[in-house]
Amino acid sequence: MARVEKVKKIKSDIMETMALLSRKTVIKEIIHDWVIVPGKVLIKNKKAFVGFLILMFYIFMATIGPYITPYPRSFTCPIYLKPTLLKWPPSLEHPLGCDYFGKDIWAQIVWGAPIVLKIAFIAGLITTLVGITIGMIAGFKGGIVDSILMSLTDIVMTIPGLPLLIVLASVIRASDPWVIGLMLSVTAWAGLARSIRSQVLSIKEREFIEAAKALGLSTGHIVFKEIMPNLMSYIAINFIFATTGAIYASVGLYFLGVLPFTSFNWGIMLNMAYAQAGALHSINTIHYILAPILAVIGLQVGLILFSYAVDEMFNPRLRTEL
Amino acid sequence: MNWIIKRAILAFLTIYFAASLTFVVVRSMPGDPIDALTQQLVYQYHMTYEEARALAESIAPYVPKGNIFEEYIDYMSKFLRGDLGVSISYSTGTPVVELLADRIPWTVLVVATSLIISFGAGILIGMLMAYKHGGRLDSALALIFSITRSLPEYIVAIIMLSIFAFQLKWFPTRGAYSVEPGFTLEFVYDVLYHAALPIMTWVIVHIGGWALGMRGSTISVLGEDYITYARARGIPSRRIVFTYIGRNAILPIFTSFMISLGFMFGGSIFIEYIFSYPGVGLMLYQAITNRDWYLMLGTFDIIVIAVVTGTFLADILYGFLDPRIRRGVR
Repeated sequence: MARVEKVKKIKSDIMETMALLSRKTVIKEIIHDWVIVPGKVLIKNKKAFVGFLILMFYIFMATIGPYITPYPRSFTCPIYLKPTLLKWPPSLEHPLGCDYFGKDIWAQIVWGAPIVLKIAFIAGLITTLVGITIGMIAGFKGGIVDSILMSLTDIVMTIPGLPLLIVLASVIRASDPWVIGLMLSVTAWAGLARSIRSQVLSIKEREFIEAAKALGLSTGHIVFKEIMPNLMSYIAINFIFATTGAIYASVGLYFLGVLPFTSFNWGIMLNMAYAQAGALHSINTIHYILAPILAVIGLQVGLILFSYAVDEMFNPRLRTEL
Repeated sequence: MNWIIKRAILAFLTIYFAASLTFVVVRSMPGDPIDALTQQLVYQYHMTYEEARALAESIAPYVPKGNIFEEYIDYMSKFLRGDLGVSISYSTGTPVVELLADRIPWTVLVVATSLIISFGAGILIGMLMAYKHGGRLDSALALIFSITRSLPEYIVAIIMLSIFAFQLKWFPTRGAYSVEPGFTLEFVYDVLYHAALPIMTWVIVHIGGWALGMRGSTISVLGEDYITYARARGIPSRRIVFTYIGRNAILPIFTSFMISLGFMFGGSIFIEYIFSYPGVGLMLYQAITNRDWYLMLGTFDIIVIAVVTGTFLADILYGFLDPRIRRGVR
């Protein structure tokens, strides 16, 4: 009897809230969820705020940068010019100096940013989506589907990713960011799939899911409205880690020279400085190799610092405190 | 027992799957080894294309020709018997197994040493962080480690090489040894001298992961009732630290220790490439640039076998180490 009462109460609660949610309040909710709460979290969390600023800088560099920075052409400045920002008076003409082709290094960093970010974002997105889908299906369906999917996941998880990537990259010779992103996520999704599955298994047993099922809500509703919000912080963190992993791998593949050098990329700069220009040998050319190194480290640090706030932003249990 | 057999089958399937996948991928690679060798001869010795082609074909008679399916069956059956074919780029016809046997010890030396150092130091620092958790030292170290953990090892390697080998000239810039090999003290010292920078690079990249893992694990053990009870019983704190907390906190980390041993094998490409260290990773890179099919497959397969074996052993060992699993509670 008590159970029926409980279900009735929940049902009326839901009806009430649904009535409240007119279109205007929905928009308000979205703004609240995606702008106000993250903003508050960022202001409170200093580390994450610094990370946010760093990421913003990179995003500006990748979007607006190529419009305001001239295309890096060969022989436009003296070969191995020292960084002019360190001189007195500093000048913005060639802020980070020039390489052995007489190409401006800062311009190369800026023109490399869009492709690096694009590859990282696409790879992160595909990895996360595949991981969520496989993990959700395995966790929900259970039984034979679960065992097959999890065996597959185990197999993919133990295949060493980097050697496989190098072999794949040297065969596919891709330069399209979507193809590279797809390639990078070939083995990366397995870890996320496994943990999403175990999360789904534990959430599936909770009371509110039982209640939703008893109410006859559709599977779509249960998956996207009831389970997803509880996994959101988890997914967001994993998206960030997938992104840092993709930056590591893609820049590394360019550095090794197994991907074709068709556009600007920090990995190509690293390769040129290391293998072609011998920038390691002499202190006079060190700025050439230091520029892409700092660009990669800065981006990784920005992402890591930002990830400190993600849990607070998306975890419904932590958010109620705000 | 049943569970071990299941795990073994899965491990075998993984190796089979990875080996087949790469076989197909590698065989669909554009440009065969003869092309690569021809190009190299034209480039290096300024031969005409026909001359170079003829020479390349005569010194590389081992290039597989024929139906890809037949080749696959042939490769797999030989693979099972431990025959990985012959190399094309290394003094034509040298068995891949022989080449790998030369390289594996170097990778194992560097990887195992770095893993032991970073694991040992990381565990100790992690426990220390857990005891002081919330403090200034803890939060500073946590920040530093979460950053060093995400640094790409090729960047750390380039920085190390640039500073300690080229600028300060404290360490050699390339290779694994420079004196005559032999069982002399001088040779041992020389080998360690050459391995120092690669090892330091690994340790910098990996210590953070161990420390943070151990920190989390220790903090969760610290909250357990049996620790409070042990304290209440008046057990000396040194004993609590090592036998009560340490052992229980290390357990989950130990599995990843075994797994890492395998995975570092696969991650050694960048470091060996940068330090020109003659290990398995550098060999894979060279095999790819030379389009040396069998060498490529063999090296990749060895790496896969190392990783899978590491993971398999980790699972089995975990079962023995954890008394809850050992007594069949799970």
